[in-house]
Amino acid sequence: MPDRNVEIELKLLIEAIYLKYSYDFRDYSRASLKRRVLLALKQMDCDSISALQRRILYDAQVFMDLLQYLTIPVSEMFRDPGYYRALREQVVPVLRTYPSLKIWIAGCSTGEEVYSMAILLQEEGLLERSLIYATDINPRSLEQARQGIFAIDHLRQYTVNYQQAGGKRSFSDYYTAAYDSAIMDKSLKEKVTFADHSLATDSVFSETQLISCRNVLIYFNKPLQDRAFGLFHESLCHRGFLGMGCKETVEFSSYAGLYEAFDKQERIFRKL
Amino acid sequence: MNSVARVILPGQRQPPVEAVVIGTSAGGLEALGIVLSGLPADFRLALLVVQHVPRSGPTHLAEIFRRKTAMRVKEADAKEQVRGGTVYFAAPGYHLLVESDHSLSLSQDDVVHFSRPSIDVLFESAADAWGTSLAGVLLTGANEDGAAGLEAIHRSGGLTVIQDPAEAAVATMPRAALQRFAPDHILPLRDIHRLLRELE
Repeated sequence: MPDRNVEIELKLLIEAIYLKYSYDFRDYSRASLKRRVLLALKQMDCDSISALQRRILYDAQVFMDLLQYLTIPVSEMFRDPGYYRALREQVVPVLRTYPSLKIWIAGCSTGEEVYSMAILLQEEGLLERSLIYATDINPRSLEQARQGIFAIDHLRQYTVNYQQAGGKRSFSDYYTAAYDSAIMDKSLKEKVTFADHSLATDSVFSETQLISCRNVLIYFNKPLQDRAFGLFHESLCHRGFLGMGCKETVEFSSYAGLYEAFDKQERIFRKL
Repeated sequence: MNSVARVILPGQRQPPVEAVVIGTSAGGLEALGIVLSGLPADFRLALLVVQHVPRSGPTHLAEIFRRKTAMRVKEADAKEQVRGGTVYFAAPGYHLLVESDHSLSLSQDDVVHFSRPSIDVLFESAADAWGTSLAGVLLTGANEDGAAGLEAIHRSGGLTVIQDPAEAAVATMPRAALQRFAPDHILPLRDIHRLLRELE
């Protein structure tokens, strides 16, 4: 039979993290979380989850190390180029009608989606009148996002994505290469506010016209997904847009009836 | 060990198998064709399949296999409840995992053995979720993904089946698993198909 002890230890660890640090992973999909914790165990040289629990309780720095495993940042710029093409071709014309724009990138991780969005808005002449809220629960990821420095070996893929997403210039216009890094143009983040925000425990902070939250909700169970959908619904203005990852949908949530599929293929929904 | 006679035994297995996870890579399309073809609409078990595919571009695994079996065939969606009589294919670019309530989760965590979806990820989570009521099947493939996962199924008391490496289009994957532990069965594809019907 599966190891019951591991299940119990995992549950206790998640509870300990919540009690001590207020990070709420209790409604995350357990199977993924278990993989991540077991990977962290190996890398952090602990022989059991209980041992890890003791260490994170008494050393906040160790908890921050663990958090890097629990919130694995896997992202790339213009990931799923079709999504950005749909934003550009179908959503931007509507966004143009607003005198000022607020856009929320929820779960922005290390910032790839933030810079993608900023580039798109700049090319469409909308960045000037936009404010982008880029939120995540992981302070280290946010700091990385704020710095806007990316490994140069990823740039080739980003460039291909950018072109497929309907990019209008040369992608190299947006960064300066230095050694093995690429530093994103500072002008891109002038309109970005990076902030610590949890879809599990925090509330809405602003009205928005567009929310992009991609491949974040796949890690939540249904009640937590519904909580997040609730925040999005509260934040979005009338007829606002919600963009999701290519295996995500609002359709099976309790908010299903409150949105229409705007671009079903690219998972863009519009508040009714 | 290769004898078809042994295939009869798992039918009387207690507790009965509820779900079968299948993993394959290079050569997998043909192999799956033989294993899945002709399974009837009222087949009791749920089948969950990871077939390694290139990272980009849509694949049509579900469409391809819809023509080969009367079972319900679909790409796995996040949060859906696993149902018997259904073949679920892992979506390209996402790991597929089974939760303890037998609902499905997707993840974009790092690749495992250069693969996402990874066979190990599905197998290990399914071993946790189903324990002794699970069967794991590892077929042809050119890397070692699935070997650790199948061993996890074995440790959890599930039934384990490896395609006979002598018959496999690419034997790396079956061999990698055989180096770790002795499975319940080492069988050619036709007998794996028969075994599935026996498990009903």
